Amino acid sequence: MIEASGLTKRFGGHEVLKSIDFSVARGEVVAIIGPSGSGKTTLLRCLNYLEQPNEGRIRIGDVVVDAADPQKQKRKAVHALRLRVSMVFQGFNLFPHRTALGNIVEGPIVVKGEKREVAVARGTALLAKVGLASKADEYPARLSGGQQQRVAIARALAMEPDVILFDEPTSALDPELVGEVLTVIRDLAGEHRTMVIVTHEMSFARDVADRALFMADGAIVEQGEAASLFRTPQNDRTRQFLQKFLREGQYSY
Amino acid sequence: MSGPLLLVWQSLPQMLMGAGYTIELSIGGMVFGLALGFIVAMMRLSRNRVLERIARSYVSFIRGTPLLVQLFIIYYGLAQFGLRLNPIPSAMIGFSLNVAGYTSETIRASIDSIGRGQWEAAYSIGMSPAQAMRRVIIPQAALVALPSLGNTFIGLIKDTSLAATIQVPELFRQAQLITARTFQVFTMYLMAAVLYWIISSALAHGQERMERRVSLPAHAT
Repeated sequence: MIEASGLTKRFGGHEVLKSIDFSVARGEVVAIIGPSGSGKTTLLRCLNYLEQPNEGRIRIGDVVVDAADPQKQKRKAVHALRLRVSMVFQGFNLFPHRTALGNIVEGPIVVKGEKREVAVARGTALLAKVGLASKADEYPARLSGGQQQRVAIARALAMEPDVILFDEPTSALDPELVGEVLTVIRDLAGEHRTMVIVTHEMSFARDVADRALFMADGAIVEQGEAASLFRTPQNDRTRQFLQKFLREGQYSY
Repeated sequence: MSGPLLLVWQSLPQMLMGAGYTIELSIGGMVFGLALGFIVAMMRLSRNRVLERIARSYVSFIRGTPLLVQLFIIYYGLAQFGLRLNPIPSAMIGFSLNVAGYTSETIRASIDSIGRGQWEAAYSIGMSPAQAMRRVIIPQAALVALPSLGNTFIGLIKDTSLAATIQVPELFRQAQLITARTFQVFTMYLMAAVLYWIISSALAHGQERMERRVSLPAHAT
């Protein structure tokens, strides 16, 4: 579905992504875990070019963006890429001057040129899907963090993307609000949507993801079927990182 | 009716005519100044070094020189090169250029104040930079800019009195003319002050109402 090869990103002299090869199959849910500063968020952000990789190419369907392409060509390709790849941010990033429904229909109407009635009908259905049918006319400032994030997920879905990227979708939430957001993402996984999730919610990643990927120092250290990576990590660094989680996992037995 | 009050009464038509010019110059200067200020702000935010430099120098010049001098350059100075502008167009140009210098900084700062996350959210749903600017950034930046643009506007209303020095028949000029005829210095200048006060209060009130109306949704709690 989406395929990245040789992705390299440098900030100043520091290489945060070291020639990453990464692909996600249609309908697959991939969780990216790893310590802070490992490059997992940067990798995610490179996938829709919110971060410009210094090297490497990204392919989704017939859209190819190569870091070495001339600017003009790249700009077009990046636009095509973003139409197929939606993103859910850690800080929600809803548009504060638009209602919940307004946030959702903005992309379809402005970017895709959909008719307002069509976009509103679909947007309303999406709000219902994330459990916020009654909040259509509320402004983000009047919604809780969990509700805002669910609106943000609906906004991403409204673009009917091929892939949805989640950048630590629950990290900015109060603990009691995490569940409602994870439930929505879990439902999406149940529909076999293609998703890439950067998260610190280990048990969620284990339960929801098909594949998990452990990153450290800008490289993919280990990857594999989520259930087994969390149960029996092979690499020392993975084991070390998961130690606390594994231990607590044992306690709960 | 006694002396001063009678004079005020008799001067009223002439003074109101002057006030008409004052309002015209204020609104015109603000509208054109804002439009130009927006362009200058875009130039300052542009990645193009040359445009950015030009805009920066422009702002620096406008803010670093007296408005009175700017008006004199336009009205008296340009005439020396055969570019003879009438007083009112000269004043309109001068005020617009001046307002542009100040508001461009306000606009730039308010656009800068909108976090990167809003740009990214706009890009993530496929918006172009221009769409993001128009649909996401500017509506929010406008709220930030409004109070300070309002101050610029109030300042401009009072600054239009400088146009008296380039023969514009505005409010202060009318007060001067009547004073020259009647020698009622205190009465006439106080009358001018009161009229300025009324105009700026009315416009400030309008601005406050506008601020309240547009800021309601985003700041509802």
